[in-house]
Amino acid sequence: MTAADQSAPVVGRRAQVLAHAGLLLFSLLATLPTLLIIMNSFKDRLSIFAQPFALPTAQSFTLEGYKTVASSANFGLFFLNSLTVTVGSLLLIVLVSSMAAFALSEYRFRLNPLLALYLSIGIMVPIRLGTVGILNLMVSLHLVNTLWALILVYTAQGIPLAVFVLRSFMQGVPRDLKEAARIDGASEYRVYTLILPLVRPAIGAVTAISMIPIWNDLWFPLILAPGEKTKTVVLGASAFLGQFVNDYNAVLAALTLAIVPIMVLYAVFSRQLVSGITGGALK
Amino acid sequence: MTRRPLPWHLFVFLAPALLIYTLVMIYPILSSLWLSLQSTTAQGAVHFAGFENYARLLTTELYARPLWKAAANNFVFFLIHMLVQNPVGLLLAVLLSFRLRGSTFYRTVLFTPTVLSVVIVGFVWKLILNPAWGVQRGLLTPLHLEVLDQPWLGLEHTALSTLSLISVWQNIGIPMLLFLAALVRIPDELYEAARLDGAGAWTIFRRIQLPLILPTVGIVGILTFVGNFNAFDLVYSVQGALAGPNFASDLLGTLFYRTFFGYQLQPGDPHMGAAVAGFMLLLILIGLLLYLVLWQRRLNEVEL
Repeated sequence: MTAADQSAPVVGRRAQVLAHAGLLLFSLLATLPTLLIIMNSFKDRLSIFAQPFALPTAQSFTLEGYKTVASSANFGLFFLNSLTVTVGSLLLIVLVSSMAAFALSEYRFRLNPLLALYLSIGIMVPIRLGTVGILNLMVSLHLVNTLWALILVYTAQGIPLAVFVLRSFMQGVPRDLKEAARIDGASEYRVYTLILPLVRPAIGAVTAISMIPIWNDLWFPLILAPGEKTKTVVLGASAFLGQFVNDYNAVLAALTLAIVPIMVLYAVFSRQLVSGITGGALK
Repeated sequence: MTRRPLPWHLFVFLAPALLIYTLVMIYPILSSLWLSLQSTTAQGAVHFAGFENYARLLTTELYARPLWKAAANNFVFFLIHMLVQNPVGLLLAVLLSFRLRGSTFYRTVLFTPTVLSVVIVGFVWKLILNPAWGVQRGLLTPLHLEVLDQPWLGLEHTALSTLSLISVWQNIGIPMLLFLAALVRIPDELYEAARLDGAGAWTIFRRIQLPLILPTVGIVGILTFVGNFNAFDLVYSVQGALAGPNFASDLLGTLFYRTFFGYQLQPGDPHMGAAVAGFMLLLILIGLLLYLVLWQRRLNEVEL
């Protein structure tokens, strides 16, 4: 079978037209609200209300909202906090999960299936149900209102799925390769570092899939790190939106600033994200 | 299989993940459950109270009324996801599986709302549905649907379903991708055979696609269930911790937050908060168990 056959539509012409119509309609539904916000953030207040669907023109264009945001909120700091927390958690998740996944896929020992099961409990049981305990723990560790509290929680939250995905990928790495390294005298730690580059697609997938809930979370920043110095973008935006609820220029500008970075990240990582969710089934 | 005397490396590889996971996830969940079995007296002394907190939660009017209301709301929230999000997600996945030109583009665009923070999504929809900003009116008047121009989020009988639909709007990409992943694994020979038989899109879906992705239907269902019974962010960012109007959009997540931290009428209580979390955990475990017993077993029977 040729590549052209692979991508040939599986239904007749009429069904194709209908399918395009349906997909277009839903694409509009998915994007219109966001576009509406971004577009109106560049318009003056009168035009926001009078013609919400019109593009900004020379008369209606203004950056007033962005000026309000820049002068009244620590968005730079919040952004840095979100970045620190997200990158820190992702690094920890990938490091410790790949180590555990390596051990679970490589060695046969009595506790192996039990540990794999233990780690997979976290895929189904939401970490939020332990919030009371987590808060008490962080209080006793003096980590409340530090970014470490968030990093630890997100790492714990990310480990189960990451171990699960990485383990199944590592099981697919050919045995001969590892045995050859061992015959050459490589230590087990060296074998692990040799395997890592081979499962790069899985690491990309785990990163992309873990990233979104961490970046977007509101619950734990609200509870563990609500201080002005440790606020994340999401928490900061939530507070800001509450405060400037009637200043539409400022609100729309703040929303746009919160939307754009994650959209850029998504554009960069969308391939890994899709393969992460679908288990690499789609190219 | 390799056999080594003292497997130190095993310990080194496993310890970090197990340690963080146990300390920050498993231990807090267990300690929350333990806390829910305790109580603090007016003098501040903590003592073991058995299931007293749960009894209070389930029987006293102060706790039981909001609890059952939140549980019922949560069920409606879940039902709307099951009836709208997953079928429409499946429809979109099937449309994408037809391998039309531009499928990758559609897939990327349809997933974008999922990437946005709930705070943003909530606020965007709050603005759009806000009667003061005529977006709703501007869309509905040309279509002669003025009847639909209502403060959907502000009315007690519509707030919950409106929020559910916003959540559906945001999360529809997830079932779509999961279904699509199952659909692309279907071998081409089956489609070819169907084409030779002159089967249309509906027949292909009904006879080939649906039966082969049944396991994924179950997984999507249980993921929706766990996600929905744990929902908090959207209601909190749109309606606040009080889940207005008049608690009409209260879910177990917002009730948990209020019980633990308190709100204007009622001081927070960590023990009762932990009991609400325990109740939520129980609901989720019951759901998981039903899924395993009813759905998984049925699938096994089908395979046999």
